[in-house]
Amino acid sequence: MSSLMSGSQILLESLAREGTEIIFGYPGGVTLPIYDVLYDHPIQHVLVRHEENATFAAEGYARTTGKVGVCMATSGPGATNLVTGLVDALMDSIPMVAITGQVPEHLIGRDAFQEADTFGITRAATKHNYLVKNIEDLSQIIHEAFHLAKSGRPGPVLVDITKNVLTGRTNYFPATKMKPLRGFHVRLDPDDDEIEAALQFLWASERPYIYAGGGIISAAASPELLEFVELLEAPLAHTVMGLGGLPSDHPNFISMLGMHGSYAANMGVTETDALIGLGVRFDDRVTGRLDAFAPNARVLHVDIDPAEINKNRRADVGVVGDVKRVLQKLNVRLRETKESLGGHNRENRAEWRARVNGWKREHPFADVSDENEIKPQYLMKRIDEISNGEGIVAVDVGQHQMWAAQYIRFNHPRLWVNSGGLGSMGFGMPAAMGAKFGNPDKLVFSISGDGGFMMSLPELATIASHKLPVKIIIMNNGWLGMVRQWQELFYNRRYSSVAMDAFPNCELLAAAFGIKGRSVDTPSELEVGLREALAEPGPYLLNVNVTREENVFPMVPSGGAVNEMILAPPKPVAVGD
Amino acid sequence: MQQLISLRVDNTPGALMRVAGVLTSRGYNIDSLTVARTLDPTLSNMTIVVNVDSETYDEELLIKQIMRLVNVIEVVDLTNAQAVTRELALIKVTVSPDMRPALLKEADIFRARVVDAAPTSYTLEVTGASEKLDALIELLHNYGDVEMIRSGAMAMERAPQGDHRNTFAKASRVPERTREPVKT
Ligand SMILES: Cc1cc2nc3c(=O)[nH]c(=O)nc-3n(C[C@H](O)[C@H](O)[C@H](O)COP(=O)(O)OP(=O)(O)OC[C@H]3O[C@@H](n4cnc5c(N)ncnc54)[C@H](O)[C@@H]3O)c2cc1C
Ligand SMILES: Cc1ncc(C[n+]2csc(CCOP(=O)(O)OP(=O)(O)O)c2C)c(N)n1
Repeated sequence: MSSLMSGSQILLESLAREGTEIIFGYPGGVTLPIYDVLYDHPIQHVLVRHEENATFAAEGYARTTGKVGVCMATSGPGATNLVTGLVDALMDSIPMVAITGQVPEHLIGRDAFQEADTFGITRAATKHNYLVKNIEDLSQIIHEAFHLAKSGRPGPVLVDITKNVLTGRTNYFPATKMKPLRGFHVRLDPDDDEIEAALQFLWASERPYIYAGGGIISAAASPELLEFVELLEAPLAHTVMGLGGLPSDHPNFISMLGMHGSYAANMGVTETDALIGLGVRFDDRVTGRLDAFAPNARVLHVDIDPAEINKNRRADVGVVGDVKRVLQKLNVRLRETKESLGGHNRENRAEWRARVNGWKREHPFADVSDENEIKPQYLMKRIDEISNGEGIVAVDVGQHQMWAAQYIRFNHPRLWVNSGGLGSMGFGMPAAMGAKFGNPDKLVFSISGDGGFMMSLPELATIASHKLPVKIIIMNNGWLGMVRQWQELFYNRRYSSVAMDAFPNCELLAAAFGIKGRSVDTPSELEVGLREALAEPGPYLLNVNVTREENVFPMVPSGGAVNEMILAPPKPVAVGD
Repeated sequence: MQQLISLRVDNTPGALMRVAGVLTSRGYNIDSLTVARTLDPTLSNMTIVVNVDSETYDEELLIKQIMRLVNVIEVVDLTNAQAVTRELALIKVTVSPDMRPALLKEADIFRARVVDAAPTSYTLEVTGASEKLDALIELLHNYGDVEMIRSGAMAMERAPQGDHRNTFAKASRVPERTREPVKT
């Protein structure tokens, strides 16, 4: 079956065939033909208030649903506004397809109005990108883009389409099968000998430690991870990207490791003799000084991207494959050999578990509260109690992000949404928006600092216009808190350009957008605010004025060894052997 | 030291930009890069020579990053392989009439050909291993001013299925595409 269709119609038809239900975007001159088709098309288009936020919303959608997020922008400034979000998705391996319009082919290279070299500019910002100049290629390229975005290590793919393609017409044949990509191969299954090597590695260990990250989430490997943890009876720490992979309530979970990780997680990784990295990339926020990271350990590293193995830390056993399938195979073998091979070091491993549990018991994240002031940690604890491991929490970047990661539990994957690798301020609120569109039945919190909130401010209009019931919380400390913390600790308290003054009155601000809101200063007022926020069927803006100069601890100074964390104020204490 | 890599890439716009982009964004310094189409018009061949720090050299590191590119079909590290490496140079050298016979004699030793003769200069064409070209150029400085253009190295494996091939692929189990040579 074929029919005469315009490029714009073919584009939307191809997107629909890929399962796209929602596009976050912003129109402009060359994308007018697409918007004309969108006018009465079943795919929903959400008009954001800035293209960068279209990428963040698409990411929020993708991160919480596991589907490919789709965003769209016009040529020139529209396309360049996507760059931060594309790099954000690239760093965190989030599947996304971005569609941009381009000037007509005959104008390319002539500095036409709103021409930008989108293809060149986004080369390093995407997993792959395309420039479509021929309408006959369009549907195939859209299908390729989705295939690339979600296969193997996920990532963003951009398709730049010239206006003549969007307005041209051709006979459209629905693609039945995608042409294979000869340069793109994903290795999903490990070989048996690799599994055996991993098995030997595991049973030989006396102090095994599981370091699990974003790969667990993208592989949907939580059930397999749970089984693995229980078979091996090993402690597990997540990276910031992995939170929710194993339920936070699981007894073997020792929270996050790294710069702001828990004492138990950082001591554990320092003492382990067998580091089991599952879908992690040995990021410097995790490892601190590389040569002091897991200094006594052999390393097993499972990753779907061969380029990750041996990149930052040499793996004694490297397995390239989908971590879900690797764990499935490994679990079978672990079960079969638990009595025989697993017997050797059983006592050592039990002793190790007891040690780690001791650290976990003795050094939990500080229980900070105050009668008159709202401590930021207390705010996170209250959100944790409300969410109870079941709600979606999208955060921005900074101190509040770390406190949220420390204090809020996630008992399922895809509830925790944060910009980990790029750390893009302004990410939180639009990401929460995308998450809510993808999960209308879940409770969705957006938590930002006062700095990041100001960066995503325009999206209050999008949220208001859709009456989107996102619970927007500003953790307001009056500063660019994370930067102020560094200035306090490492620059003699010379607070340079970090005061967020002239912050708007949030009650008036909410009212100006026609949504409910409140500003609170004390723990008792906070309760009123939270109660109101939850009772409100629509969006709610809660500005929480917290203690101004509070610091995130533990903290590993950048480039330091992870067991040399600063545990608490006022005097930095080095902890170690 | 220098790492020598041979690639087969899709002959599409942007493929060169992607490869060059990986090299620069990962901090490599390109010594030479040649690219041209192959017998299969949909494929190009690239030979890349990069300067790497021999202290921290890890042959897998760069290759695995290049292999992530969707337009890259095959990557072979020829640094320590049995390979034929050739480079072409065009060299213009000013030479006084009395020195011409001597110059021609030396050019002959290097199998360099005169491709243009002007009253005050010769232009020579020479191919060979990069070190051979270096040696000739060094010599020609004795005759007069030297102007030179080099093509950069091109390399081809001697034995396509040799054992040296993809040692990194075996170690790290990279996907099949590096194991089977593409017919060109
Ligand atoms: C202010 C700030 C502070 C931070 N502090 C910390 C901190 O204290 N601790 C911390 O952990 N992080 C911290 N981060 C985040 C940090 O920068 C990194 O983003 C994070 O550590 C990376 O997590 P990851 O290793 O899980 O890798 P990800 O970026 O999540 O990468 C996932 C890995 O899994 C692989 N993968 C994907 N799919 C699969 C599959 N199907 N099968 C197998 N493998 C797969 C990918 O190839 C990749 O290697 C901080 C960030 C900010 C902004
Ligand atoms: C776009 C962008 N610009 C700058 C930074 C550097 N940065 C990291 S954290 C931070 C401070 C964030 O302040 P705020 O949003 O108030 O959050 P808080 O740290 O107080 O929780 C800054 C400026 C960044 N991560 N992203």
